[in-house]
Amino acid sequence: MSPLQKVAAIILCLILVLMVLATILVPAPYARQFRDVPNGGPSTAHPLGTDALGRDSLSRLLYGTRVSLLLAPAAALLSTVIGALLGSAAGFLGGWFERIVLAVTDLSLALPWLFLLLTVRAMLPLDVPPMVSVIIAFLMMGLLGWQASVRVICAAARGIRDSDYLLLARSSGCKPARLLLRHVAPNLRPLFYMQFWISIPLFILTEANLSILGLGVMEPMPSWGNLLRGFEDFSALAANPLRLVPLILLVIVVMCFQFVLPSQEVTQ
Amino acid sequence: MMRRALAFIAFSFVMCCASVVCAESAGQPGGELHFCLHGEPKTFNPLLVEEDSSETIRYLTGGVLTRLNRQTQTLEPGLALSWKVSQEGRRITFRLRSGLRFSDGTPFTAEDVAYTMKALMDPQLHSPTGDSFRSGEGQVEVQIPAADSVVVTFPAPVAGLERLFDQVAILSAHSPKKEMAVLGPFYVADYSPGSYVLLRRNPNYWKRDKQGNPLPYLDSVRLDIQRNRDIELLRFRRGEIHLINALDAENFDRLQKETPAVTHDAGPGLDSEQMWFNQVPAAPLPDHKKTWFRATEFRKAISMAINRADLCRIVFGGHAQPAFGPVSPANQFWFDSSLPVPKFDSAGALRLLAHAGFRLEGGTLRDSQANRVEFTVITNAGNKSREQMVTMIQQDLSQIGIRVNLVTLDFPSLIERITRTYDYEACLLGLVNTDLDPNSQMNVWLSSAENHQWNPKQPSPATAWEAELDRLMRAQSSATADKKRKSDFDKVQQIVAEQQPFIYLVNKDAMSAISPAVVGSSPSVLDPHAFWNAEILRLRADPALGAQK
Repeated sequence: MSPLQKVAAIILCLILVLMVLATILVPAPYARQFRDVPNGGPSTAHPLGTDALGRDSLSRLLYGTRVSLLLAPAAALLSTVIGALLGSAAGFLGGWFERIVLAVTDLSLALPWLFLLLTVRAMLPLDVPPMVSVIIAFLMMGLLGWQASVRVICAAARGIRDSDYLLLARSSGCKPARLLLRHVAPNLRPLFYMQFWISIPLFILTEANLSILGLGVMEPMPSWGNLLRGFEDFSALAANPLRLVPLILLVIVVMCFQFVLPSQEVTQ
Repeated sequence: MMRRALAFIAFSFVMCCASVVCAESAGQPGGELHFCLHGEPKTFNPLLVEEDSSETIRYLTGGVLTRLNRQTQTLEPGLALSWKVSQEGRRITFRLRSGLRFSDGTPFTAEDVAYTMKALMDPQLHSPTGDSFRSGEGQVEVQIPAADSVVVTFPAPVAGLERLFDQVAILSAHSPKKEMAVLGPFYVADYSPGSYVLLRRNPNYWKRDKQGNPLPYLDSVRLDIQRNRDIELLRFRRGEIHLINALDAENFDRLQKETPAVTHDAGPGLDSEQMWFNQVPAAPLPDHKKTWFRATEFRKAISMAINRADLCRIVFGGHAQPAFGPVSPANQFWFDSSLPVPKFDSAGALRLLAHAGFRLEGGTLRDSQANRVEFTVITNAGNKSREQMVTMIQQDLSQIGIRVNLVTLDFPSLIERITRTYDYEACLLGLVNTDLDPNSQMNVWLSSAENHQWNPKQPSPATAWEAELDRLMRAQSSATADKKRKSDFDKVQQIVAEQQPFIYLVNKDAMSAISPAVVGSSPSVLDPHAFWNAEILRLRADPALGAQK
């Protein structure tokens, strides 16, 4: 492990600890409105200040980190698993199966997802608890965000399919299932990791956009997504630059995830 | 002698300089006023106007028989010198100004008024303006007893008849330019779809200023089509446009911090924000929730438990007032000042709920069958102030043990739920009011109306108070005396305040931004706020904003 990887891992662990201890560390409940100090600056009571409704920004950041860092990786895992299964099978098997998988992928990329998501939202019941709606949102993202992974993994698997070592294994009488599991998948593993890590920030930002459509994390529950929406208010941002902390944290987490990844030689 | 001559020359020089400075500060005739439309005008036919952009063009180009003064809220003579309503509100007689001409030079006659009324009431034209005049079965008759007189007779009484003519721009019966020939201060000179509409000064405009100078002072008005409000604000700050007719609280504050002189808050406007519970009997809701929503005590308790002052202060930055009822205090004549001021009283709300069989158990409110009191409020996605209002209501109602969920929906889905499927519990939306007259609210208060939002399209009134609302609204609609109409509509407001079918939350202020380069502006609470007196606006150079004549 390189020093950079160590630093990144330590930072991620620290954030993880803060996330777990959020209940103890927060100065106030994340939904409580201190209406005398809306858009308040940093103070002893509110170290990061307050938002437009007077809610403690630090509490919302810690709880929002918990929501986003638990659910975005879950959605990324789901989409990567789907992408890995379909992509590696399509690349390895080739022929009509590959053509069908790629055609379905292209078709789903061409679908107007915005309208599809709006339809899904319209069909969902209204009286679901906020946490359930959050899980539904991330589940949808996971189920609908696999296309890019499929294309990348399929292309890599196709390269492996024509490799010498696979030809050798095949000529030695290796069955297709064994070839896929013992020879193709292990060689694609770094790619799976890469797809997983790069999907996490993507899903965090997607959640921010979805909340505008009423599909993301709903008030009063915080998430990085709806904390980033606070940037719409430029004057409040100028008055209290500490409001940028969620963005800085997001950048740090994404960078740390990238650094923690297996080294470049392995991923190539 | 020499000294006297020098003194005279010096005095003359000082007077000349002073007059130049005065003329500069007062603005001079000429110049082009710039501001933005927020969408493409759908029509230039004034009878077919139904959206804001076309309405702006109609206001600036149309000549009307009577004009509502946006400042004093009184009716003033326009193309008609005088008018008289008779036969219990069925007939109106106008005495017209003589010697007027349309923008293309065609003379204005009584025939033009007759032609316009005929076109307005033509069922095949489907004029939204004409709909306000439809009072009963039968034809509208127009007679021309004299060259300067027109008599319009309706089949049934029309409440507030003379005020409705503020919306009717008179068309020319003879001009080859049809609706492009106008009697207003400006005419449409150029239109580039998606880009701008250019209005030029109507050389035949009839109005004069006190000194007898022809109006309008401006040479032209350029209306840039700009949907994005942020870009509009940016352009105003750069001095590329002279005014923003309507600002939200956030942009108002942002602008006020930079240049306080350009921002104008005219006080509470006609628009309101309100919440209501779904009382539709066929709604797919659990029976116990339907029972809550139909209980007057429940609705009154919710209303009492909402801190409206905080909503105004925090969500609207103080640019709103707690709402009293269906009429804003801005509507000077129709507002019932005797209505009770809404009070924030959580303890009082709990007492009311206890009286209705609810009880607070360990911080959770439960009904008589031990169901936890919880409901979901829907509002339109992307509207930050409404989302914030619901979030604040969440905290207010949590004080009395009620859990509120917020769900934001895209507008078509929301409309589908509140008008067709009725699959919702409570909704928070705003009502845009452009008309002062209560007749414009018939489609809200009649129990059979589509916009009777809490329980629309009732075959017969579901409750005694709704039956009374129907009776009072019909009574005020058919009465001609304003006093009687006011008395009936006051009772409507009292019933609404007592029953709370709509829980009125706030009346937003009418806010606008006007460059110091614009002289003669006087922002009003009625729309158009910033350019209602466009004919007397002047421009002067404003180096601070870069706005030029």
